[in-house]
Amino acid sequence: MTTLHPDEAAARRLAGLSTGELPTYPVPPGTGDGSLVDDPAVRAPLVLNNRSFHDITEIVCGYAEKPPGKWWLPLFGLSFTIAQIGGLFILYLIITGIGAWGMNNQVDWAWDITNFVFWIGIGHAGTLISAILCLLKQKWRTAVNRSAEAMTIFAVICAATFPGIHIGRQWMAWFLFPIPNSNAIWPNFKSPLLWDVFAVSTYGTVSLLFWYMGMIPDFATLRDRADLRLRRNPEGPRVLPIFALKVDTVRAYVYGFLALGWRFSSRHWHRYEVAYLVLAGISTPLVLSVHSIVSFDFATSILPGWHTTIFPPYFVAGAIFGGFAMVLLLLIPARELFPNMKDLITLRHIENMAKILLATGMMVGFAYSMEFFIAWYSGNQYESYLFTNVRARGPYAWAYWTMIFCNVVTPQVFWLRICRQTPLIVFIVSAFVTVGMWFERFVIIVTSLHRAFLPAEWHMFWPTAVDIGIFVGSCGIFLTLFLLFLRFLPVFAMAEVKAVLPQASPHHHDHGKDGH
Amino acid sequence: MAKQRKVYVTESGEPVYGVMAEFATPADVYHAAEKVRDAGYTRWDVYAPFPIHGIDEAMGQKRTKLPLVCAVIGLTGAGLGYLMQWWMGGVDYQLVVQGKPYGTWEPNVPITFELGILFTAFSTLICMLAFNGLPRHNHPLLKKERFLACSDDTLAICIESADDKFDPDQTRALLEKLGGKHIDLVEGD
Repeated sequence: MTTLHPDEAAARRLAGLSTGELPTYPVPPGTGDGSLVDDPAVRAPLVLNNRSFHDITEIVCGYAEKPPGKWWLPLFGLSFTIAQIGGLFILYLIITGIGAWGMNNQVDWAWDITNFVFWIGIGHAGTLISAILCLLKQKWRTAVNRSAEAMTIFAVICAATFPGIHIGRQWMAWFLFPIPNSNAIWPNFKSPLLWDVFAVSTYGTVSLLFWYMGMIPDFATLRDRADLRLRRNPEGPRVLPIFALKVDTVRAYVYGFLALGWRFSSRHWHRYEVAYLVLAGISTPLVLSVHSIVSFDFATSILPGWHTTIFPPYFVAGAIFGGFAMVLLLLIPARELFPNMKDLITLRHIENMAKILLATGMMVGFAYSMEFFIAWYSGNQYESYLFTNVRARGPYAWAYWTMIFCNVVTPQVFWLRICRQTPLIVFIVSAFVTVGMWFERFVIIVTSLHRAFLPAEWHMFWPTAVDIGIFVGSCGIFLTLFLLFLRFLPVFAMAEVKAVLPQASPHHHDHGKDGH
Repeated sequence: MAKQRKVYVTESGEPVYGVMAEFATPADVYHAAEKVRDAGYTRWDVYAPFPIHGIDEAMGQKRTKLPLVCAVIGLTGAGLGYLMQWWMGGVDYQLVVQGKPYGTWEPNVPITFELGILFTAFSTLICMLAFNGLPRHNHPLLKKERFLACSDDTLAICIESADDKFDPDQTRALLEKLGGKHIDLVEGD
């Protein structure tokens, strides 16, 4: 069980430093990388190449301990620069006022709200994977839950930026919360916008707690490894040549602080697992409630195209759809850049997520068609005008049909097994879905607003440079945070991955295999 | 009056925290845990890099009351959330919104729910840590170099000297009989 790979090439490969050769373990023919077993009597392996517990530690800690490949710094520099430019645009907006978005009519807040709903929707996959798939005992989630949760947090950060800056007087943002103030007023609790403040901030906080709790044991592993290296070699590498401070000292203190003294006690594990289940149990209704409440922002208004009861389930399905697309969009390249991730994120994982994309894509497609049906069936002339004359044929028809193509048509390729099992195709479809989900929000917000009841309100929306700068900047913030996560934090839930290895079961019998 | 427990010290005068033994596989440590439990020890623990399925039963650990505590705190949070909205919107600052009555319950549902969830989430993490006696950054076990491998791939049992049945020789013999390797004293308290 404690077998180390003897040759250095394998060790480097385990640490994610080189591609190297795959250890020669026989893969049954016709199963791709070994995970695509068709026989229902055979359980597909969740981790390939018969990895030992120690291998898992080496692989996952390797990402945080070893320098990443040459790609990391340029990519980080680029995304950090974009994030900074986005920050400058936000600064400009705060100094100038939201007139910088061209706000002289009701349509021009379009991008801001579109981006908010887009990012908050993306943030739904993480908690879905960690909570709902946990309750459903889907063990394959262990490979992707950590990075999906990280993505959730970063997406919520990006999302929270937009309502934070769109209020006009950003220094009054604390008025969003019921804080006692000298005006002796309280927020309007009958407004869905206030429900949204509570929903999004609760969601962000709970996701952060969930993410952090999951990482406590993995921080302890990183702490212990740094501690061991220091004990064995007190003259380890320094942070800077002129200081005596060692890199591993910093690691031992920072990871040690975050690990809260976790010591892998089984009595602790018991309470930890129960607590995890409680968090999963409460996060499940939470994740469903958040996007429902976001949809109330629209559904409780009287504007045609917004005033519909299908919005909550439709938004939630769309959020899961868009969130999984983003998970795939990040993990498929990560899997190529860190080749040893392929042992943990197998083709089976990608196929499962592709199936979820197909299923939720169909739900979203159903919601699109149901909107048309209800517009006709209700006999409401404003509603039918909006759908037949504006959305499908009006000046924004191109956006509507982009959305239909990206969200409804492209995922249909996943009916073919070969498309679900080819990472490149899944990646391309995910990119389409991400674009499509952005356009979905754009269509909902802009097409409804730009043809409101009074023709005097009719107006076209064109983004300004500040609109574009802030949106692109938010993508930079997202990518910067994700790259930092890949570099410094445990990218996989090590303890959970180890627990789903076959040899982790106390009833496992090793059928005469070697140490692996 | 509680029985005065014996304090064991090593030859160098360090107090003894317990005896630790390592086991090769989850099956080994699972069966060893059953035997230690049956031998009547109460202050001991299995250390493993991941939660071993069913080990809590093998150790005779009772199911934690954590969900109950969290439920109480969560419901308190929901109640406070409702009360806050009722008082702020219905009593202290009455606002005519769409002609609806002050202090109706229907618009308060989402925030009541969200605050219930928020309180439950915080209480879950805090109770989990508190029940486990964490954070505790210094611990005798963490000073032991061999123990640190438990965060990687090693499985171990440590029986504490604070246990009433603890006896340096007999406890060591028990762990040896159960197949423990690298049996060693853990110093510190």
